[in-house]
Parts: sequence; C-alpha cells; structure tokens
Amino acid sequence: MEVKEKKVGLENEEYIINMGPQHPSTHGVLRLVVALKGEIVQRVEPHIGYIHRGIEKMCENLTYQQIIHLTDRMDYLSAHINNEAVCLAVENALEIEVPERVKYIRTIMSELTRIQSHQLFWATFGMDLGGLTCFFYGLRDREKILDIFEESCGGRMIVSYNTPGGLMNDIHPNFQNRVKEFLKYFRGVIHEYDDLLTGNVIFQERSKGMGVMTLEQAIAWGLTGPTGRASGFSCDIRKHNPYSAYDKVTFREILYTEGDVFHRYLARMEEMRESMNIIDQLIDNIPEGPYTAKMKPVIKLPEGEYFQSVETARGELGVYIVSDGNKNPFRVKFRSPNFVNLAPLNLMASGSKIADLVAIGGSLDLIIPDIDR
Amino acid sequence: MKKEEFRDNETLEQLKEGGANVFVATIDSVINWGRKNSLWPLTFATSCCGIEMMATGAPRHDFARFGMEVYRASPRQADVIVVAGTITNKMAPVLQRLYEQMSEPKYVVAMGACAISGGPFYLNSYNVVKGVEHVIPVDVFVPGCPPRPESLLYAMLQLQRKIETESMKSRKKRSQSHNSI
Repeated sequence: MEVKEKKVGLENEEYIINMGPQHPSTHGVLRLVVALKGEIVQRVEPHIGYIHRGIEKMCENLTYQQIIHLTDRMDYLSAHINNEAVCLAVENALEIEVPERVKYIRTIMSELTRIQSHQLFWATFGMDLGGLTCFFYGLRDREKILDIFEESCGGRMIVSYNTPGGLMNDIHPNFQNRVKEFLKYFRGVIHEYDDLLTGNVIFQERSKGMGVMTLEQAIAWGLTGPTGRASGFSCDIRKHNPYSAYDKVTFREILYTEGDVFHRYLARMEEMRESMNIIDQLIDNIPEGPYTAKMKPVIKLPEGEYFQSVETARGELGVYIVSDGNKNPFRVKFRSPNFVNLAPLNLMASGSKIADLVAIGGSLDLIIPDIDR
Repeated sequence: MKKEEFRDNETLEQLKEGGANVFVATIDSVINWGRKNSLWPLTFATSCCGIEMMATGAPRHDFARFGMEVYRASPRQADVIVVAGTITNKMAPVLQRLYEQMSEPKYVVAMGACAISGGPFYLNSYNVVKGVEHVIPVDVFVPGCPPRPESLLYAMLQLQRKIETESMKSRKKRSQSHNSI
C-alpha cells in the first residue's frame, strides 16, 4: 500500500533565522542567515561587510610605514605576523637584507603571537560549547604573553613592532628571561587544557565527526592554517616557503586526516606545543647586532608587483603590492585566511543541528575584521 | 584606590541637584545605589577592543568586583552597552536598533578611538562612522587604541559616579534627549 505524504503543514517548511550581527558566538559582527527544517540546518548564508573599513583602499593613500598600523587591525590576534607580511614584501621589493637579530626576534614574536591567539581560541571555543572555565584559564595564561609584548613593544595586543627594514626598537633586556619563564610556566599548565576539554567525553561527543572537510574539499576551497591541516592539506608556509628564521629551526607540521571539528581543535593545541619548541631553539641564540637595517626615510618601491605570504595563526596571509614607483602603493590586496576559511561554512554545516553550527563556526576561529578588512 | 581619592573629574558631582525633597532624595540614593552596583554590559564587540573587553572580564582585571560580571547577550537584559570597536555605515542601523531594544535606564560607553571619532580610520576611509555619538548618545568615552583593561575599568567607575548623581526628576528618557543624525 502506498502512503502518499501530504505536503501540507510545517514539516516541509523552511524556517529562516538570523544569527548576528550581534551574537556572542559569531565572534564579532558576522551575520549568518540559517535556513532550518526543524532543528536541522539546510543552508547557511554568511553575510559579511558589517565591519568593512576599506583598509585596502586606505593603503593607497598611505606610505609603506603607515600601512603597518592598519594591518594590525585586520587580524588583531595575529597582529605581529600581519606586520611581518607587509615588512617582508617591502624588504623583498627593495632587496634589503635585514640583520640576523631582527629575523630571530621576529620569529620569536610571531610564535608568541601564535600561542596567545590559540589560547584565546581555546578560551572562546570552550565558552561556545558551554564551558565557562576555559575562558578564565585561557585568558589567565594569555596575559603573561601580553606582558612580554608590552615590555618590548609598548602595546599589549596591537603591537606595530615591525617596520620595513627591522624593528621599532630593541628588545627589552629582560625579554629572554621573561620568555623562558613563560615557557616553563606554560609547559606546566598546558595539561590543564587537555584535562578540561580534550579528554572530556561531552566535548568529544559534540565535536567528533562534525563539520567534516575531506582533503579534496579542503584543497578545492583553499583552506589554510590549522583548519586546512586538520584535513591533511600540507599548507604550512613556514615549512614550504620559509621566511625570517624559520629555515634555521626544526619543527613538525601538524597534520591530521579526519578534518572534523575535534581535529581542527587538536591541530591548534599541538601547534601551541610546536611553537614552544620553536622558541626554545631560538631564544638562547639571538645574535648581537643592530635591530634595524639602514633605511631611507621615504620608501619608494621600484615599479612592479610584489607578493609575500606568511603563516598567521589562522592560515596563509598573502600581501600583494602593486607599485608605480611612488611613495604610496598603487594597489594593495590582502589574501586573508579567514575570508577563505569562512567560505565552505555552508558545506560543513548543512545537515547538522543548529547547536553544532556554533561548534563548527567556533572551530574555524574566525576573526571578522580580517574577513571584511 | 580609595573612593575618596577618586575625584579627579570634579565637575561630575555638580550635576547633582541641590535642595531635593528629603523623601525623593532618599529614594533616589537607594535606587542609584542599586543601579550602579549591578551594571550588566551587553556583549557587543565589533573589533579589537572587544578582546580587551574580554580581558577585562578575565581573571587578572576582574570586572566582577564592581558588579558587572554578567555579560548579557540580549540587549533586553543589558544596562550598559560598551561600544567596543569600529562602527561602519552598515553596522550603524544595527547599533541604533540594539540601543533602542535596551530598556531604560541605559548607558553607553564608547570604547576606543574608533568609537570616539573613527580613530585610525578617520581619514581616507569611506565607510566608517566618525564617532559613535552620531548614532547613539554616549555617557563615557575611553581613549586608547585599544584601551587597556584598566582604562575600561576606570571608565566604568566613572559611569558609576555619574549614575550616583541622577535623580528621578532630572532624568529624562535617553532616547528623547538625543537627536541622532
């Protein structure tokens, strides 16, 4: 006997809800238009542009030194690495060799930035999934890195420490001791992170097998950073195209094959440990020397196109500069990792429950001002 | 810092009306005491300042000491909106609507250079609102890019002082007293 399903009532109707722009779990002002059938997500449509400030256009009116402070405000949790990208692009264009000391300090600072960014990821990701304790633990340890930044750079989070050719000023005499102290401290407490979340059964149930991206999909969508590496896509710029002092250190590229929420989270946890190893290898060998190369006060790049990519805490940040020989760039384009990582959200989340959308969005570790720029 | 030493903004206390009814003044002080010690902020963060706002709520700079620990995600439950970050032309109507959804009494803290004047995006940018005051009325401004957590704490204490000076008679509805552009 055939039973014909009656196409009336609510069971076939889609229910559209708005997440954001003011929503605590979108980590900023991202707006997601979610089509639901019951509790199951049918479609997710990200609406961006709520924090579009026109940074790329603004760069065309600024000199190369002035661009640096705008890049801080794109991905503010990887502020130092963003600065480095522009500096490296300008230095490569001018064919300037920066002193060894600068390379070492930049690398150490970048890795510290990566650790504090992942700590904040851990804190907010735990909070998204309902564990408020993570927030307090994560930010407690993050403050110690910010103290190190403050001592040398003057800023806590937005550092603007790099300039084309070197650094703003030399590191604080206390720097090496503080970093070593921090590493010792953090190695002692990082197991608390694992105790709280990684081994937690509730957390594993909520994150394993969720929002899966296969290797093919990850490559096709251009996922980078821990998000891409959790799917098995070997995309670490530090490894494949080393800049600064990354060619002098040995470290492991964290690769998983599962590509779900849990492994994206694991990749970040492991990266924190790898970053500590990288700092270990460099901190005692910072060479003596000047902290900046000799630069002209007005930087004019020769005519041409320049590209430099770096590995931020979220993936590959590319800086593309077109110069027409003036002191201002003709065009600047940033290839921001968050914008690319956001794109497959629909693919990841459709078919899952609405509560899991928060977990999937959190595991991408999005920074909205970096998406909109 | 002791409360007696916390008097650098001397004009603020002059807002307090002299010669109020004994009964009204007593009720005022009780109401103000309650309001100022349970300011619940809205989780509204657009960019970098939001991270510093989170740091203010974190263990080292514990917000909760002053009765502000409960971050509310819904504007209907919040007392104070800390505008943390840049407001763009696309975001401005949303911010205004959030403000209108909050119930009286409501307060606004403009945190950071972007919320005060557009900050680093004041010149050359085509999409940034040059000061959140163009959209909603502001009680306290916090300078900095981004301000330190201590600055935000200081601003919240200033806001508490401001609340202390209010009285039933003088308090107009915020939405009526401000003409947004």
